[in-house]
Amino acid sequence: MKPKLAVWKFSSCDGCQLTLLDCEDELLDIAEAVDIAYFLEATRTQREGPYDISLVEGSISTAHEMERIREIRRDSRLLITIGACATAGGIQALRNTQDHDSLRASVYPSPQFIDALATSTPIADHVPVDYELRGCPIDKHQLIEAITALLKGRKPTLPDYSQCAECKLAGTACVMVTKGIPCLGPVTQGGCGNLCPSIGRGCYGCFGPKEGANTEALAAELAALGAGQRTIRDLFGGFTAGAPAFAEERKRHDG
Amino acid sequence: MDQAAAKSISMGANGLEALISVLEADGYDVWGARERDGALVLGPIASIDDLPRGRIEQAEGGSVRLVEGPRDAFFDHTLPMQSAKRLVYPAEERLFVTGEDLLIEETPVETRPIAVIGVRPCDLAAMETLTTVFESGPFRDTRFRQRREALLLIAVNCMRPASTCFCASMNTGPRAEAGFDLALDELLEDGRHLFVVSAGSARGQEILDRLDGEAASKEDLQAARDGSRACAEAQTRRMAEGAEQLLKRSYDHPHWAEVAERCLSCTNCTMVCPTCFCGTVEDRSSLDGSEAERWRRWDSCFTLDFSYLHGGSVRKETASRYRQWITHKLAHWHDQFGSSGCVGCGRCIGWCPVGIDLTAEVAALAANDSSSGQQGEERR
Ligand code: SF4
Ligand code: SF4
Ligand code: SF4
Ligand code: SF4
Ligand code: SF4
Repeated sequence: MKPKLAVWKFSSCDGCQLTLLDCEDELLDIAEAVDIAYFLEATRTQREGPYDISLVEGSISTAHEMERIREIRRDSRLLITIGACATAGGIQALRNTQDHDSLRASVYPSPQFIDALATSTPIADHVPVDYELRGCPIDKHQLIEAITALLKGRKPTLPDYSQCAECKLAGTACVMVTKGIPCLGPVTQGGCGNLCPSIGRGCYGCFGPKEGANTEALAAELAALGAGQRTIRDLFGGFTAGAPAFAEERKRHDG
Repeated sequence: MDQAAAKSISMGANGLEALISVLEADGYDVWGARERDGALVLGPIASIDDLPRGRIEQAEGGSVRLVEGPRDAFFDHTLPMQSAKRLVYPAEERLFVTGEDLLIEETPVETRPIAVIGVRPCDLAAMETLTTVFESGPFRDTRFRQRREALLLIAVNCMRPASTCFCASMNTGPRAEAGFDLALDELLEDGRHLFVVSAGSARGQEILDRLDGEAASKEDLQAARDGSRACAEAQTRRMAEGAEQLLKRSYDHPHWAEVAERCLSCTNCTMVCPTCFCGTVEDRSSLDGSEAERWRRWDSCFTLDFSYLHGGSVRKETASRYRQWITHKLAHWHDQFGSSGCVGCGRCIGWCPVGIDLTAEVAALAANDSSSGQQGEERR
């Protein structure tokens, strides 16, 4: 029997799930290798658990989601979180540092109908997670690597090096060193395929903090390059604003 | 040994284009430092118009900017971001493929002949260092050898250092004495613009013989050597003497914690270093498991995974990773390969996003050398 794969969505934009459908060349092989038992974005079929692999997109943003993720965990042998929302709380985690009621009132004309938690948190804050795929959205090669490795029972190769390593592997000229453009690459986990620096932009940190991220030293350098407090705060307040290392750095420049 | 004495010619600046034509006629792809996205990057060049003529780097810790230089020289700049190491040791490559039969099919090395113009003396020294790394000892890297043999190295002696250069204190430059096929000295003064071309190998001599020029005059040879001397004297950074012993007695030094406050463990220094050789191998498999591939890619002692042993990584703290890097380069390399692992190119200083400077770190350790004198003697 083929292993059963399920794809779940929580508070998110669907972009990460879409990455699975974007695996055009490999999609048939994936469908061949696994039994896609639950994937609403692709098929209406909804088969019961238990599932061998669950891919979970999105953050925990409502009380109902808190319940649902526990059920999914119970039903899944391996649970892999995919994307910045599931692994760090997503851009919606910006609300974590604000007064929820006034924020709600400033966005929605009828805030009383919004039934949400005051915080947006990563899946791992609620249930044990086996592997994380970072990114906004995730990288398709990492997704295929994770599925391939787990089907064979080997550990997926998911690098823990910085975005800088990707620049240098690719031979990309450093935007910070050559032009003084602020870049989060030195504190951001690699894996995206060097997307931003290779087209001359600084890294936005969508893969979240790398292990041991020295955000304070980078922030000091950004300030030396002329970035103001606000710029630095906003840089650390992107898609992975909720990741602890970035949230703390952001706080240091808020005020 | 001065190769220049016997086999040097002088040719006008337009001889450079002729040199490129000769190389192309011999089947070489010609590579050199080119300006791309505000940096010098090694890549193919079609003609002298692709060279960053007149450009120089303004380099300091954490900043390398290309600006107009004071004169119209071809080679007043110094180094591309990464050296020709990429050509002999690619950042990523597939080593072999295997299938269900487990028969290993090695991926052949692609060896197009490449002539690199503008290799600086420090990078030539680094190529020698890499040769020792990959070819001394019982296991020789045949992939390195195949690629190395496809390379023709055309050195350019430096007339002007970048502020990050410190080859003079490492005895690796700014004048190349060996290790090249051809070496160029660019002379540009009193309205004359010429190259002194010297051969350093039989292959180089063969090419030199086909260039239009005349035997280099004593004055021109002298001017070339004077230029190198001036370049050495103009260097503002230097490596303190005794770095090897100093580092070997500084394993427990409060300075490591201080560097770790600044260091991002980002890997840039190791990835631009022309001698860092660390790599890792990764296996990739097809979805149905019928095929597997083994890849090798550059690694760095600044990553957590680098020191992963059974049960976890042994260098969890940035302090221990920085210490590993600088101690390997300047101290343990001597034990391992019989030379320093640093050629003084200064890349790790300029391309470090926060401008950490190994010469300054060594100086800081020396200034607080708790176990110098007596104790140092005892340890030896
Ligand atoms: S561009 Fe950014 S990610 Fe790339 S090397 Fe520079 S600082 Fe690092
Ligand atoms: S010394 Fe500089 S380049 Fe090297 S890891 Fe530390 S911050 Fe990065
Ligand atoms: S350690 Fe730094 S200066 Fe020395 S060879 Fe490597 S990059 Fe160049
Ligand atoms: S300094 Fe680090 S990356 Fe470079 S060769 Fe030594 S251990 Fe390897
Ligand atoms: S370190 Fe020396 S040889 Fe290398 S580029 Fe600078 S001056 Fe030239």
